[in-house]
Amino acid sequence: MPDPFNQDISSNKAVHIYFSQAYPLISYIDPEACLYLKEGKCGICESVCDNNAIDLNQKPEKVELKVGAILLSPGYEPFDPAVRGDYAYGTFENVVTSMDYERIICATGPYGGEILRASDNRHPHKIAWIQCVGSRQVTPGGNSYCSAVCCTYTQKQVMVTKEHDDEVECTIFHNDIRSWGKDFERFYQRAADSPGVRFIRSYVSIGKEDPKTKNVSIRYATTEEGVKEEEFDLVVLSVGLTPPAHHEGLADIYGIELNSHGFCKTNPVNPIETSRPGIFISGAFQGPIDIPESVISASGAEALCGEILDYRRGELAQKRVYPLERDTSNEEPKIGVFVCRCGANIGSVVDVPSVTDYASTLPNVVYAQEQLFSCATSYIQEIVEIIKEKGLNRLVIAACTPLNLEPTFRDALREAGINQYFLEMANIREHDSWVHSKEPEEATQKAKDLLRMSVARACHLEPLQEIELSVNKTALVIGGGIAGMTSALSIANQGHDVYLIEKAPDLGGMALRLLYSLEGLDVQDYVHDLVQKVYQHPLIHVYTDARITEATGYVGNFVTTVTSDRGLTEIQHGAAIIATGAEEYRPTEYLYGDNNKVMTYLELEEQIAKGDETLTNAETLVMIQCVGCRNEERNYCSRVCCSQAIKNALKLKEVNPDMDIYILFRDMRTYGFMEDYYREASEKDVKFIRYEPEDPPKVEAVEEGGRPVLRVTVTDPILGQRLAIDADYLALAAAVVPSSGNKEISQFFKLTLGPDGFFKEAHVKLRPVDFSTQGIFLCGMAHYPKHITESINQAYGAAGRTLTLLSHDIVTVSGAVCEVDEKKCIGCGACSSACTYGAIELREIKQGKKAVVNPVLCKGCGLCNTKCPTEAISLKHFTNEEFLSQIDEAIPKEETMQHMDMAVGHV
Amino acid sequence: MAGVSRLQYTTEARLIRVMCTGRVDLSFVLRGFSNGADGVFIGGCHPGECNYMVHGNYHALGMVHLCKRIMENIGINPERLRIAWCDAGEGIRFGRIMNEFTSKVKELGPLGQGEGMDENELKSKIEEVTKLIPYIKIAKKEKLESRLENEEDYSEFFTSEEIDTLFREVPSYYIEPDKCQACGICLRRCPVEAIVGGKNKIHVIDQEKCIKCGTCLEACPPKFGAVKKISGKPVPPPIPEEERTIDRKSKEK
Repeated sequence: MPDPFNQDISSNKAVHIYFSQAYPLISYIDPEACLYLKEGKCGICESVCDNNAIDLNQKPEKVELKVGAILLSPGYEPFDPAVRGDYAYGTFENVVTSMDYERIICATGPYGGEILRASDNRHPHKIAWIQCVGSRQVTPGGNSYCSAVCCTYTQKQVMVTKEHDDEVECTIFHNDIRSWGKDFERFYQRAADSPGVRFIRSYVSIGKEDPKTKNVSIRYATTEEGVKEEEFDLVVLSVGLTPPAHHEGLADIYGIELNSHGFCKTNPVNPIETSRPGIFISGAFQGPIDIPESVISASGAEALCGEILDYRRGELAQKRVYPLERDTSNEEPKIGVFVCRCGANIGSVVDVPSVTDYASTLPNVVYAQEQLFSCATSYIQEIVEIIKEKGLNRLVIAACTPLNLEPTFRDALREAGINQYFLEMANIREHDSWVHSKEPEEATQKAKDLLRMSVARACHLEPLQEIELSVNKTALVIGGGIAGMTSALSIANQGHDVYLIEKAPDLGGMALRLLYSLEGLDVQDYVHDLVQKVYQHPLIHVYTDARITEATGYVGNFVTTVTSDRGLTEIQHGAAIIATGAEEYRPTEYLYGDNNKVMTYLELEEQIAKGDETLTNAETLVMIQCVGCRNEERNYCSRVCCSQAIKNALKLKEVNPDMDIYILFRDMRTYGFMEDYYREASEKDVKFIRYEPEDPPKVEAVEEGGRPVLRVTVTDPILGQRLAIDADYLALAAAVVPSSGNKEISQFFKLTLGPDGFFKEAHVKLRPVDFSTQGIFLCGMAHYPKHITESINQAYGAAGRTLTLLSHDIVTVSGAVCEVDEKKCIGCGACSSACTYGAIELREIKQGKKAVVNPVLCKGCGLCNTKCPTEAISLKHFTNEEFLSQIDEAIPKEETMQHMDMAVGHV
Repeated sequence: MAGVSRLQYTTEARLIRVMCTGRVDLSFVLRGFSNGADGVFIGGCHPGECNYMVHGNYHALGMVHLCKRIMENIGINPERLRIAWCDAGEGIRFGRIMNEFTSKVKELGPLGQGEGMDENELKSKIEEVTKLIPYIKIAKKEKLESRLENEEDYSEFFTSEEIDTLFREVPSYYIEPDKCQACGICLRRCPVEAIVGGKNKIHVIDQEKCIKCGTCLEACPPKFGAVKKISGKPVPPPIPEEERTIDRKSKEK
């Protein structure tokens, strides 16, 4: 059967694991492929399964659930170019989609991680990517919107290709490069600067397929060289995102509306809300969005569902009760070792019985056993029983990475009445069987070594207690713009007190200067309504003209001091949201500040809103994009300016259709559905002229026919000549720059700023609203420039994350923190100066200065340990002793013995 | 990612999980070599992308470059130690680095043999340096604390001459018997209990135990000034047991 996970390029069996990273990693029967389910034949699998785990007569069941809220996350479908036969996809063997290629470059893909092409199973040396396939097209069968993610995923594919084989020539045929996301601009530069990579701005058409080589030729045109035809070994079509399959059926079932593109029609100010109350969405059903935006919307949905369901929060949760912990302090280490086969994942490579036998010979090991799946409930139960029966006090699991299952096995220890820190895992899957699958002997030896190291470490483990902290149920929101207010309202709506502090005299933030959105939202109405809701909410306490003077504490228990219009206030809170927004760059370019006809987009918008007639009656207006960013000093894209330009151009055209409007741009970045407005502007005769950063427009104030004009000269790349435009007004896309207060706030709350001065989230893709500092969350432009809806999306995301914390009475902090042996401490301060968390303090006692650790602030990185000259400070659970025991066992004893013998022989 | 992607790489490495490269102590690296490891590899997050606020990877880089100079000094090829950055998604890169490093180490040959050094000699040299770790950490405290802007700058951050001087100037601390008033301050402050003595017993530093931190020098009341820092000269032998008792009365006379 063709394997749909591998884009049908390779085949798979009817019984298979969906894909190698699937969780849980369990086989299933594909009803589309199973002979028994289709034709009633076969049934062999049922008879060979020793555990009787297969029931071919299982029937689908209907289950009725009563719920208070529904969250839809149906995802998206990649655009299928086969339908129209775009770019000879489906005809020429060596034309693949980006989704096909994504599988091809993957180690678990159809060619086992080798980049091969279908026609001859050989490595392609020249690969072309064609951008915007199925996107930014108004022809039938195409999609008018921009799919928003393809530019960056293509760059990623180029880099991965280069990692596979740096000799491959990569060519990307593109329209605008839309690197609008956080750090995307740098990523683009990395791809573009790699040797052998060409980015060519050109529309293309597929030429012919060479009948012998099966190479594919592409015709394209550049301004320098005119029309060219070039041959490639492989062509990748960067396909866009389309609505999920059966979106219409989905809409019918749930009674929700779709937009004109077939994605979900969302509330214009809340991209998580559908047209039907109580039904929310997350992910790409909102429209084409990338991973961080998807994750943000998922956290946001949590907040919105919470607003409906908060009154019964925790009702379905069950509290675990563990037996009393046995005191093992007087016992010798009694180690139990369990070696997991992980089905065939470990067992087919590593000789598990031999590893198990070896384990039982190791010092302090009193029990060793192999298991088929140590993480399965029945085997966990077995582990618990054996710990109790054999009186074990240490557990070593030789299985997979501790990242996923450490909590599960710690739980097994607790169930057996043993301290959970008496667990050590030897990773013989990710570090062994999976990466040495063709070398079973070496892999078995490595498994034994890793296990021996783990057993050695286990002997030194100590019981640790986790720190339980009470959670103050109050939240602090820093920043009273749209993001901050939205978060504050959602949290307050779920019964928590919220302190909302704003440095300006009024709430509203940057939105106070925005009059309308591209989609037609009246921003002023919206903001005023929001401000009113905030002030009317009994649980929200607003402090304006506010400034933080001090911040101390930790997750669940922060104390922040604020001076404001109400004087000095000490706020105790359990969580904080950073929503400090951003500022507009004050240009030094293009006569800004010297000539009152030169203004920024925000100023232009204010003038349009005022109905300034000299402006609206102007003959010519020029806009220049990327002023103050995408340059060396600010190496990022301000993300919002392209659509701001379009928005203002359309507004001016509405008032005065005869006005000549020029937009001088580098790449128009109207990603997603905003593309439609770009097209509309173009149709309304707004003129777009692209300029290169090396040859920016020039502006001078001159007199023309007796009236003062701004003469803007720019090279028109299509005409290939300098163009002079006499403008009455010049508007500048001034960059969005980080808030000037970011640095101070980052220091108060021990947060990190990225290279551009915006706050750095815990993980750019997977934890986009969290900080690595617990209890503090992030939203809005403090994170990165973004549109109002995106800010709101993230504001709900931050609220969702905050509520998860505040809904608990206690929060547990790891016991693996540092402690100081006072006797050994010489008070040198090397530890405290290394600890930027401020977890170590030097205190003067009778015996001199001594370091003292605040365990709640300690994050367990252990840097201080390596600074300490006397080994006085020690990270619990990762002590020098534990590491050295592993290092000592890393080299097989036999060899060490031989070494020693030889050494003796020498003497 | 190398694991989940089933990327095949060389089987020689044995991995030890640390929470941050900043946790890798100089002593861990030296212990690896002292156990006969032919190469030590430290892998961590890219600079600027430390999971912790402390930028542990920059500190690790400083430690590695210091360690490389020390290795040079005692005759071990510094290329046996490598630090490289790989984020969790860079499986291919990780596999490649492991392969590269392993073949580099194989090229260098077994530890000691490649250097033309006797194994015992090598081991004892490493042990000698290991003993000096507290001193090295104190002497280079400021440098080890600092974080350089560019990664490249680290390679010249520590120089061979500097390490020569560091080892040439290894101090010893000595209590001058005629000045010691047996007050017990240094004895109580010594972090490693290297000072022996008692009431009315002249204190003596056990040079074997001493980690050369200088706490005693700092602790000894200035009016006594009994602790002396000795550099480049041998330490006088400890005063014999039987001569250590202070006869207060005779002194007062």
